[in-house]
Amino acid sequence: MTRAGKWLGDHLVLGAGLLVLLYLLTPIFVVVLMSFNDPASRISYSFDGFTLDNWRQPCQPNGLCESVVLSVEIALLATLFATLLGTLMAFAIVRHRFRGRAGVNVMTFLPMASPEIVMGSSLLALFVSSGFAGALGFWTILVAHILFCLSFVVVTVKARLAGLDPRLEQAAMDLYANEAQTFRKVTFPLVFPGILAAALLSFSLSFDDFIITNLNAGQEVTFPMYVWGAAQRGVPPQINVIGTAMFFLALALVVAGELRARRAARV
Amino acid sequence: MSASQIISATPAAPVSKRRPSRTAYLLLSLPLLYLLVFFVVPLVSLVSTSLYDPAGSLETGYAMTGHVQNYFSVLADYRGHIFRSFGYAAAATIACIVLGYPLAYAIAFKAGKWKNLMLVAVIAPFFTSFLIRTLSWQLLLGDQAWFADTLRFLHVLGPDGHLLATPFAVVTGLTYNFLPFMVLPLYTSLEKVDPRLMEAGSDLYASPFTTFRKVTLPLSMPGLVAGTLLTFIPAAGDYINAELLGNPRTQMIGNVIQNLFESGSYPEAAALSVTLMAVIVVMVLVYIRRAGTEELL
Repeated sequence: MTRAGKWLGDHLVLGAGLLVLLYLLTPIFVVVLMSFNDPASRISYSFDGFTLDNWRQPCQPNGLCESVVLSVEIALLATLFATLLGTLMAFAIVRHRFRGRAGVNVMTFLPMASPEIVMGSSLLALFVSSGFAGALGFWTILVAHILFCLSFVVVTVKARLAGLDPRLEQAAMDLYANEAQTFRKVTFPLVFPGILAAALLSFSLSFDDFIITNLNAGQEVTFPMYVWGAAQRGVPPQINVIGTAMFFLALALVVAGELRARRAARV
Repeated sequence: MSASQIISATPAAPVSKRRPSRTAYLLLSLPLLYLLVFFVVPLVSLVSTSLYDPAGSLETGYAMTGHVQNYFSVLADYRGHIFRSFGYAAAATIACIVLGYPLAYAIAFKAGKWKNLMLVAVIAPFFTSFLIRTLSWQLLLGDQAWFADTLRFLHVLGPDGHLLATPFAVVTGLTYNFLPFMVLPLYTSLEKVDPRLMEAGSDLYASPFTTFRKVTLPLSMPGLVAGTLLTFIPAAGDYINAELLGNPRTQMIGNVIQNLFESGSYPEAAALSVTLMAVIVVMVLVYIRRAGTEELL
């Protein structure tokens, strides 16, 4: 192939990739832009004017901030329990021999492979048939969120554990550390980044869930449910303020993590 | 971040060769109990709900009559929705492959020092809410937006043509929402491909296209299969895109299930849900067998 042809081939692929990235990122620009919108009417579909009012009064729409608080509470609790249960399971799967291994693997894989609407409706069927139809609310949402986060935690922690060099632990044992010390001083610190990643993933999955929550929430309104309700009536720009704030918060976390990892690698 | 770690989950490392340990059962007991009570039991109760007599209601209770007719009636009433769901999901999956493959390829082989930045850009949509992002497509595809204007100017779209509230909008939304789930596993597969294999292809006088077809593509199959499953399954069960970007004639199975639950028709909703799950399981098994990647399970 000629050199010009090769240059063209290389840059064609890169250009196509960048165009696809543009498609992925455009809606985020829209969200950020619309957070500064001064809408002319309640159901405005265009950018009518620039204002900072939405950022000054993010809680102005009725019930918006309450829904954010509820979502954060649920996400924190779901993250805690899912990370705990999932980490136990990942350790068992990677580090121990037991009967029914294949079955356990399928059990962790299946919840990830079932569509949300199926998982949500089967939980609802359980709650209703066991007499909890009237008690749908905070606790049923929490139960559902722990469930769908659990598999993702298992997979994430498992990957980290499986990539661990077993010689590091052998070295600790050779240096007369007992099992508990080895775990505390060697294994856990090495697996911790995986656990942290799993926790962050759980938090974002829980905070963002709509389909499963919508079926099992009773009278409670989480943030995604608030957005859904607002979409039927006209979206207040403050929703975009929350969306923008979430975006930059998450971005800052990822960048900070990356910088720390780089600094650690240099030392 | 975490998303790529999930996708790149490697098979478990060799397990210590000790005898079956009691610790294992201890560690597994709580999580397994949780999955049993809140995943397996609910599926059983979904199936049994789907067999209730539809004459009952939430207030009066349902009679368990083994009413298999629920399945015939939902299949008869909602056949269109079922075909549409799988049609839209298939279209979105194909669009994800067409858009996602070049992106994953560019990140793996052409990005150089921009690799990490591009990967962050791929997961960036996850940093903000799924629903808010889908709502912003309402603006992007709306009648006043420049995209629709441009298409009208180019006569691709008629003067009274719309983009929003069409099947095109629904598939665009689905593609957008699930594209990262295609790109990340594809990238992980492609990254493992040794570039020397591709060089060897061209050294042996294969054209770039032949090298791609005979070397790169087969080696990226695991990522392609995983990506297809990760986009197709959630897309088939989704109703958010159909509701926010579509019209009443673009409703999918998810919309129907949700509406049936809301109106209290539990047995029909459950029957439709079981049908969706069954179709997906069968399709996935056939697909994995065909693609020759059984080890994925």
